[in-house]
Amino acid sequence: MTKLRLAVWKFASCDGCQLSLLDCEDELLQVAGAVDIVQFLEATSRVEPGPYDLSIVEGSVTTPSDEARIKEIRASSKKLVTIGACATTGGIQALRNFADHAEMMRAVYAHPDYIKTLRTSTPISAHVPVDFELHGCPIDKGQLLEMIGALLLDRKPQIRGHATCMDCKAQGTVCVVVAHGTPCLGPVTHAGCGALCPSHNRGCYGCFGPSDDAKPDALVRDLLERGTRRPEIYRLLSNFNVAAKPFRTEAERHDAAK
Amino acid sequence: MTQPSERSRTISVEALARVEGEGAVTIRIEGDRVADVEFRIVEPPRLFESFLRGRAADEAPDITSRICGICPVAYQMSACHAVENALGIDCGGELHELRRLLYCGEWIESHLLHMVMLHAPDFLGAPDAITLSEKHPERIVGALKAKKAGNSIVRTLGGREIHPVNIRVGGFYRAPTKAELTALVPDLEAGRAEAEELLDWCAGFDFPTLDREPEYVALRHPDEYPMNQGRIASTKGIDIEATEYEEHFVEEQVPYSTALHSRAVGRGAYICGPQARVALNADRLSPLASQAAARVGLAQSLGNPYYSILARGVEVIYAFEEAIRIIEAYRRPDTPAIEAPPSAGRGMAATEAPRGLLYHRYELAPDATILEAKIVPPTSQNQRSIEDDLRNIGSALAALPEDDAQARAEQTIRNYDPCISCATHFVSIVRK
Repeated sequence: MTKLRLAVWKFASCDGCQLSLLDCEDELLQVAGAVDIVQFLEATSRVEPGPYDLSIVEGSVTTPSDEARIKEIRASSKKLVTIGACATTGGIQALRNFADHAEMMRAVYAHPDYIKTLRTSTPISAHVPVDFELHGCPIDKGQLLEMIGALLLDRKPQIRGHATCMDCKAQGTVCVVVAHGTPCLGPVTHAGCGALCPSHNRGCYGCFGPSDDAKPDALVRDLLERGTRRPEIYRLLSNFNVAAKPFRTEAERHDAAK
Repeated sequence: MTQPSERSRTISVEALARVEGEGAVTIRIEGDRVADVEFRIVEPPRLFESFLRGRAADEAPDITSRICGICPVAYQMSACHAVENALGIDCGGELHELRRLLYCGEWIESHLLHMVMLHAPDFLGAPDAITLSEKHPERIVGALKAKKAGNSIVRTLGGREIHPVNIRVGGFYRAPTKAELTALVPDLEAGRAEAEELLDWCAGFDFPTLDREPEYVALRHPDEYPMNQGRIASTKGIDIEATEYEEHFVEEQVPYSTALHSRAVGRGAYICGPQARVALNADRLSPLASQAAARVGLAQSLGNPYYSILARGVEVIYAFEEAIRIIEAYRRPDTPAIEAPPSAGRGMAATEAPRGLLYHRYELAPDATILEAKIVPPTSQNQRSIEDDLRNIGSALAALPEDDAQARAEQTIRNYDPCISCATHFVSIVRK
């Protein structure tokens, strides 16, 4: 059997999601044995041209050249999946989409005119068709291995889109909202992390993005009644998945600037 | 691709492999002299310093950790210390020890990633660690196990390896129990033994020659090998508080390159990172790490950047030893964090990321909203020295066949474990 040709690509990101693959210390050599990794710049000098059976894409599109590059990658890939909040929703750098981009550039660079960048940070799916999206900032290693394994066997990854709140309840963690009045996005956040934040006595900050059936307005009504202030709600919904629609729609209702 | 001609040639690598982030390099050689070097960064800018403005100070650790998936703890640590400096609080005692423990975990995983998966292939002529594992299975499998032990510290203390959730201004959301930490010790002891083997293996590599006498910059603490605290010191006489950093070091946007470069005021290039820390703090290493350093002649090798892999190796041994010491002495604190009411202020801090000094500064409004943020990652501080090294190996590059010259140039860049994702300022450039 010929091995599946796997490529890993990076766009605007922190490298953390592709690092998740290298962090699979127990499974890495097995994965590397099961597929042919022909392009993974962070890990290997080996660079082979397409076509690729599976392209794994990290990061968001923020430059004109990346707009073109993702189209080339799609054209040479049988399947293309995205990993992480940047590739799936635009990432935290999508905060620029809702601000004065030119002013932001001036704040960092003495000569912003040297720099070629788009006004927006957009997910891969805004540019090309995507076969599967893995949520998370960062993604979960277990979900990554499940996704790669499923695609190797040509079946659908068994990754459910329910809310983190359900995992938290199943684990028997004390609810931080009910017990401590701590704002928590668990009821509207995609599962995958294992409800980490509540188990560390803090509220979920939504790093896995919206769950499939997220209704942030109902949650926010409850948080407001419990005394959470609007600027805090705005900030909570405006971080690593700021451009995800359910989060953004609700955040805009609490934007002090409007 | 290398294009030879009679007297001059250009070595150009359009997409550097085995570094974190997107970089490229062009070296123009005339005769046996390097006429021009450009270490270019093609990483798209993400504008962290801009969007930190208007955020709450207590969001800084979680937001800045997203600058780098390889060293998120470093960002969380520098952000926490800088905000705490602004708010006038100081985490001592067990909270300080827990932060050092967390940093040990990150140094272990980051250093081992670089040593085994990114840098060792250069010395052994392999494209990657997976290929190396065919010839050296015991070293690669062992290193992955040791790396996992480092990651298990971060996961136990932080909740997960990448972008841990348990770190906050003032300390932690939840302090681990003694039993949770003690459970890590067997793997840490095995990891320490593995790190010794790995160091000796690396010490047997062939190292290219390159002699320099750089200015090394690192933290220096009265009794700790530096991680979270200390004065900023250099081998050429700097001895300042982190709050004075910007008076002594400046960042510039240079027209020919794509990044902000740092330089020491009045002098120029300097180097931070493992060799700098060893150069300034060898007397603070733990007993086994000291012995290991002596065994591989680390002190004599500091002038040659190719030996940085050994400095990393010694620091991995140190981090294992220090982690075990902290766990054995640990007593769970009564509260996981020190609370501080919001206040206006200006706070600065530098901590030792795996790659070197990481400086943060925040200006806070009375409600502790961030008004201004400045972040100086180690890679932008090292960038001048990376280019200097490439200039200084001109005759070696000129003497090598094309492919070898390109490989040597890349190896030289990897000496610094450059983290391009970290360099929030690095940009694509429009040439004029």
